[in-house]
Amino acid sequence: MSVNLPPTAGGPAEGLTPGGSPAPGPGSGGLVPGMTATVPAAGPGPGVGIDPGRDPGGPVRGTSVWMDAFLRLRRNPAAIAGAVIVALFLLVAVLAPLIAPYPGEAVPGAREITPGDIPGPGELPQYPLGLDRFGGDVLSKLVWGAQSSLMIGVVSTALGLAGGMLLGLLAGAFGGWIDGVVMRIVDILLSVPNLLLAVSIAAVLGQGPYAVMIAIGVSQVPIFARLLRSSMLSQKGSDYVLAAQTLGLSRRTITMSHVLPNSVGPVIVQATLTLATAVIDAAALSFLGLGGGRPETAEWGRMLTYAQSELGIAPWLAFLPGLCIAITALGFTLLGESLREALDPKSRAR
Amino acid sequence: MLRLIGKRLLLLIPTLIGLSILLFLWVRALPGGPATALLGDKATPEAVARVNEAYGFDRPILEQYFIYMGRILSGDFGNSLLTNRSVLEEFAARFPATLELTAFAMIFAVALGIPLGYWAARNVGRWQDQLAVLLSLMGVVVPVFFLAFILKWVFAVQLGWLPTDGRQDPRIDATHYTNFFVWDGMITGEYDAAWDALLHLVLPGVALGTIPLAIIARITRASVLEVQNADYVRTARAKGLAPRLIRDRFVMRNALLPVVTTLGLQLGLLISGAVLTETVFAFNGIGSFLWDAIFNLDFPVLQGFIIFIAVVYSLINLLVDVSYGLIDPRVRVS
Repeated sequence: MSVNLPPTAGGPAEGLTPGGSPAPGPGSGGLVPGMTATVPAAGPGPGVGIDPGRDPGGPVRGTSVWMDAFLRLRRNPAAIAGAVIVALFLLVAVLAPLIAPYPGEAVPGAREITPGDIPGPGELPQYPLGLDRFGGDVLSKLVWGAQSSLMIGVVSTALGLAGGMLLGLLAGAFGGWIDGVVMRIVDILLSVPNLLLAVSIAAVLGQGPYAVMIAIGVSQVPIFARLLRSSMLSQKGSDYVLAAQTLGLSRRTITMSHVLPNSVGPVIVQATLTLATAVIDAAALSFLGLGGGRPETAEWGRMLTYAQSELGIAPWLAFLPGLCIAITALGFTLLGESLREALDPKSRAR
Repeated sequence: MLRLIGKRLLLLIPTLIGLSILLFLWVRALPGGPATALLGDKATPEAVARVNEAYGFDRPILEQYFIYMGRILSGDFGNSLLTNRSVLEEFAARFPATLELTAFAMIFAVALGIPLGYWAARNVGRWQDQLAVLLSLMGVVVPVFFLAFILKWVFAVQLGWLPTDGRQDPRIDATHYTNFFVWDGMITGEYDAAWDALLHLVLPGVALGTIPLAIIARITRASVLEVQNADYVRTARAKGLAPRLIRDRFVMRNALLPVVTTLGLQLGLLISGAVLTETVFAFNGIGSFLWDAIFNLDFPVLQGFIIFIAVVYSLINLLVDVSYGLIDPRVRVS
């Protein structure tokens, strides 16, 4: 097909010229008008994802939208910071069996410690960050906690993405009554706050890591569904869709090969941001005791639950896991926001 | 305007019916079935049989649904497994506390968030902007319960400026009419009681309000950035209108629309945030009650709460739509 359909044509010239437009600094980095991580598809955001139809810079040979986005990311300090944090987190999570000095729950042979005797960071050479009241090595638990956060975050986001994209695709591709039904389902899911939805699902499935994954995944479905739907709707009105229709391409081909690939940009951005929320939600659920397992389980949220009562004596037991959650979430947020900015044609003009 | 409200109310009906079907199925999917869910897992077989009979759990499924709806519509959500009092009563007793906390958090978020966002937008790219962006980023990535820990540790445990937990110092002999403690203190003239209740609101309120604060600030910033370069703003400047007038009538009025949407969404989220915050501060509202319900799988309470939240959430969204009409005349016309 030699017709110039624009799906991959779009990179503007500035992506390659070395001293083109200044890289978005940390100030403008991270914030793009119209969308936020936690507001599901409310603003004008999704509509402005990738718009290859209007491209002031003119196409550069061999530069796809994604390649261009990558080049822009490389120059953005916020993106680099995010990528470094995420990479570190992934490394620690994957290499946990090698890094962690002790197996997850407790140091072998250790007993419960009375709150007054809890050793702090640096007090005992063999436990660099001290022990908790269950006799667990705090450093090891943080490392294992990274692994469990990663598992829950990735699996739940994959579930939410799959479910949400399916619903969004149905609504966006068919429209009409199917759209109506899908959007009502989404409305219902949205009318129950995430945390509560997750709690209800966990109540049915029983407590445990799988319940938490499914619960968080389901609570993400409406976000992705709405995003993909509105993104597809705005793409459907584009000139290239009209061009494809005039060429007599089937609706299926147009939807699957043209509209969908051009609509997933905002969804991918949202997925990156959702990983941050998933890590926080997972911590919140295990903080609430829904993660299952024993109290000494090595999960960041769980560690916070039991640090509550010792806040006055051993505050670091709360601060360390909390910091881990916040930094991990920060990494995914920075990366996601920078990605959004890199894919947004509006920010290119600036 | 009335037609808009009417239409939105009608749209609410399918959502709520759908939700009730989901909840109905949910209670039946619970481990042990609906009777065990109502009675707790230590129920005797006789008690289970009695409840099955009384609630009609042995009838055909469609009939069960109508019995269930009848109960819900008449406000019967069953009794809490923990306290054995009716769920509705428990909520009524605790809701003022949560409402007071949520109101404090929202006022905090709006009063700081909108000016912060505006300030950042006016100084875009400079240090003020970067500071605001950093603050709002922090607000999003720090989990609310962790923030609650930090605030409690710094301002209550270390500095001792503010109370660590509760709604009011138990040593204060305060009269309570409405269970809104600050309000009660004001109307009875017990100003020290009102002041004490207010002090108890500060830490949980700030913890709860920080996420909406961050989100409101960034939405305001983005929105002001878009509006302030609009043609009509340039025209207004060219005409030599006073900067204040331009800000209030031209920029803010248009920039506030997305902020209002966000407010609605955030208000709904605040209530679930209250579960975590109230727990950390032992603040006796719906949130900490729900935490107990979650911990002990108190299903009647969970179910009642979900229905309650869904209705509140839908009503807030309705209010948001209506307030669009008030802020933006264009919405009223279309």
